[in-house]
Amino acid sequence: MISKEKKRWIYQTMNQIRWFELKAQSLFEQNKLRGSVHLYAGEEAVAAGVCALLRDEDYITSTHRGHGHCIAKGARLDFAMAELMGKATGYCKGRSGSMHIADFTKGNLGANAIVGGGIPIATGAALAAKLKGTDQVAVSFFGDGASNEGTFHESLNMAAVWKLPIVFVCENNGFGISVPVSQSTSVENISVRSVGYNMPGITVDGNDVYAVYEAAEAAISRAKAGDGPTLIECKTYRHLGHWTGDPQVYRSKSEVDDWKENKDPIKKFREKLIEEGTFTADELDAIEHAAIKEADEAAEFAIQSPEPDPAHVMDDVFYVDKEVVQ
Amino acid sequence: MSMKTYSMAIRDVIAEEMRRDERVFIMGEDIEILGGVFGCTKDLYKEFGVDRVRNTPISEAGMIGAGVGAASAGMRPIVELMYMDFTLVAADQIINQAAKTRYVFGGKAEIPLVIRGQQGIGRGNAATHSQSLETLFMHIPGLKIACPSTGADAAGLLRTAIRDNNPVLFFEHKALYPVKFEVPDDPDFMIPFGKADIKRQGKDVTIVASLLYVSRALEAAEELKKMNIDAEVIDPRTLVPLDMETIIESVKKTGRLVVAHEAHKTAGWGAEVASQVTENAFKYLDAPPFRLGAKACPLPFNLELESAVVPSVNDIVNAAKAVCYQR
Repeated sequence: MISKEKKRWIYQTMNQIRWFELKAQSLFEQNKLRGSVHLYAGEEAVAAGVCALLRDEDYITSTHRGHGHCIAKGARLDFAMAELMGKATGYCKGRSGSMHIADFTKGNLGANAIVGGGIPIATGAALAAKLKGTDQVAVSFFGDGASNEGTFHESLNMAAVWKLPIVFVCENNGFGISVPVSQSTSVENISVRSVGYNMPGITVDGNDVYAVYEAAEAAISRAKAGDGPTLIECKTYRHLGHWTGDPQVYRSKSEVDDWKENKDPIKKFREKLIEEGTFTADELDAIEHAAIKEADEAAEFAIQSPEPDPAHVMDDVFYVDKEVVQ
Repeated sequence: MSMKTYSMAIRDVIAEEMRRDERVFIMGEDIEILGGVFGCTKDLYKEFGVDRVRNTPISEAGMIGAGVGAASAGMRPIVELMYMDFTLVAADQIINQAAKTRYVFGGKAEIPLVIRGQQGIGRGNAATHSQSLETLFMHIPGLKIACPSTGADAAGLLRTAIRDNNPVLFFEHKALYPVKFEVPDDPDFMIPFGKADIKRQGKDVTIVASLLYVSRALEAAEELKKMNIDAEVIDPRTLVPLDMETIIESVKKTGRLVVAHEAHKTAGWGAEVASQVTENAFKYLDAPPFRLGAKACPLPFNLELESAVVPSVNDIVNAAKAVCYQR
C-alpha cells in the first residue's frame, strides 16, 4: 500500500520533472540555455517511482539524461536550472551543466555524461554501505545503451559476487540516439541479462509508476536484507529527441504521438489517482500548477543569477587541506 | 629504521593505515590469500579479514569505478592493479570519473582514492606488462602522481597518498620490489607531495630521474666522478605536484640538465621538465637540456631487446658528458 502522502509526492515530483524539462527546452529554443541537453520528459515514472522509496542517505548515480533523477532525489529546481545555464548559483557553480549535476548531501553521486560511467560508482557506494554496516542502498539508473557497456557487466557481476545492497535500474527507452534496441542489443528484454549474474531480473512498464514502485520496493527490501542486487528494466519512451535539436528521422511522428497521447506516465497516473478516489481532478490540477510555477520561478532565478567568476576557474581541481601546505 | 624490501615497506604502510583508519580498505586481483602477485599485501587478510582485503574479479574498470564510488561514500579505498598497464582497461574511470569528479561537482566531492601497482622493465613481461605510463596521466588535471625510487620514499609517499583527499596514482617499480632499503619505523612517517629529493649533491650537471632511473643516475654519477664531472641527482618523487623549484634552483647552479626516465622519450615527462627549465632558467643554461627515455617502440619480451629500448647507465653518462661538452 502506497500512502496518500507518498502518492502526492510522486505526482508532484513527476510534474516537477515534466515542467522543468519543458521549461529547459523552451529556454534552449530561445537561446537562453545551451549545451548538450538530454530531456527526460516521458520517463518520469521511473525516477519518481524508484526515488519515492529512497532516503537522503541512500545513493544514486544517474546518466546524461539525468535531470529527472536529480529532482526525484531532492534537487531544487532553481539550483538545477541555474546549473543548466552554467550560472554561479548552480549546483556545481556552472562547471557541470546538464550532464554532471550532483548533490552529495542528498545522496546524488552525480549524473554522468559517459554512458555506463556511473554504474561501477554506484556499486562502490553500495560496497561502502556494506563495509560501514549501514542499511543504505544504492540505485544506479542507466539506459538501454549502457547495458552494452563493459561497466554494466562488470558491475552486475561484482555486486552479485559481493551481495551488495544495490538496485540496477535500466531505463529502456527503445533507442540509443537513432539506433533501435533491436539493432544494438542481443536480447529483447534487458532484464534477462540478470540471469548471467545470478540475480533476479524483472521487466516492468516504465510508464506505470505503480509497477515501477512495486518492483523497486521488492528490490530495495532484498538489498537491505543482505540478499544482494536486482536488475529492473523499465520500458519507457522519450517524448522528445535524444537531445534538444534532434531531427528524429529514426522514428515516426505517429509513434511519438501515440506514446504521448495514450501511454504518457503522468496522464496514466492522474487517471488512476482520480479513478481510485485518492485525489480529485482539482487537487491534481493544483499540484500541476504549482509545478509549472516552480519551473517558471526556477528559470527566472537562473536567468537572473550571475555568471561564475573566471578568477575561480582553477578552484577545486584538487582538494586542498587548509592545515597542510603542500 | 628497519631494513626491508620496497614491497614490504609498501605492505607495512597499508597495514598501519588500515589499523589507524577503519575507512581504509584495499581491493584488487589476487591480493588476499596470495598476497598479491608481488607480495605487497602478504598476510594482510589474516589481520584485517577478507572484507577489507578484498579479492576482486578481473574487472579493472569495475573495481576502479567501485573505488570512486566507495570514496564518494566516505571510504578511503586503495585499489591495487596487478600491472599499472591495466589502468588503460579502466581509463574512463580514472580520467573521466576520478580525476574530474571534484571539479565538475563544484568542489563538493572528495575522492580519497589510491590506485597503486607496479610498472616497468626488468622481468621481460613484454609490451603490455612493461610500460611506464606515468606521463599519460600527468597530462590529466585532477590526478596526483607519485613515483617512489626507494623503500623509504615508497613508505612516506604512500602514507601521504592514503591520507590525501584526492585521487592518487601510485606508480611502483617491479624491479625495486626485492631491493632492501632503510625505512623509518615511525607510523606517521610521511613525505609531502611536491617536494623533490636531492639524492646526490653536485655542481656540474643536474640529472633528474625517477623510479628505477634514480639508482641508474646515481651509478652514472659515480662514473662521471672519475671524469671529474660532479653530477647532482634529483628525484622529483611526485610528478603531480611537480617540484620545479628544486630542479630550477639546481640548474641555476649547474647550468646543465639531463632528464632520464623509462617512460618513452617522445612527449615523456622529461619534455615537460626540460621545457619548464628552458622557459624559466634559459639564461642559466650552458647547454641545451638533454632528454633520455625509452625509444618510440613497444617493450619487447627478450631481455636484451628490452634493455636496448630503454636508456642505460652508459647513456646517462654520455648525456652528462655531452651537456658538459666532454664527448
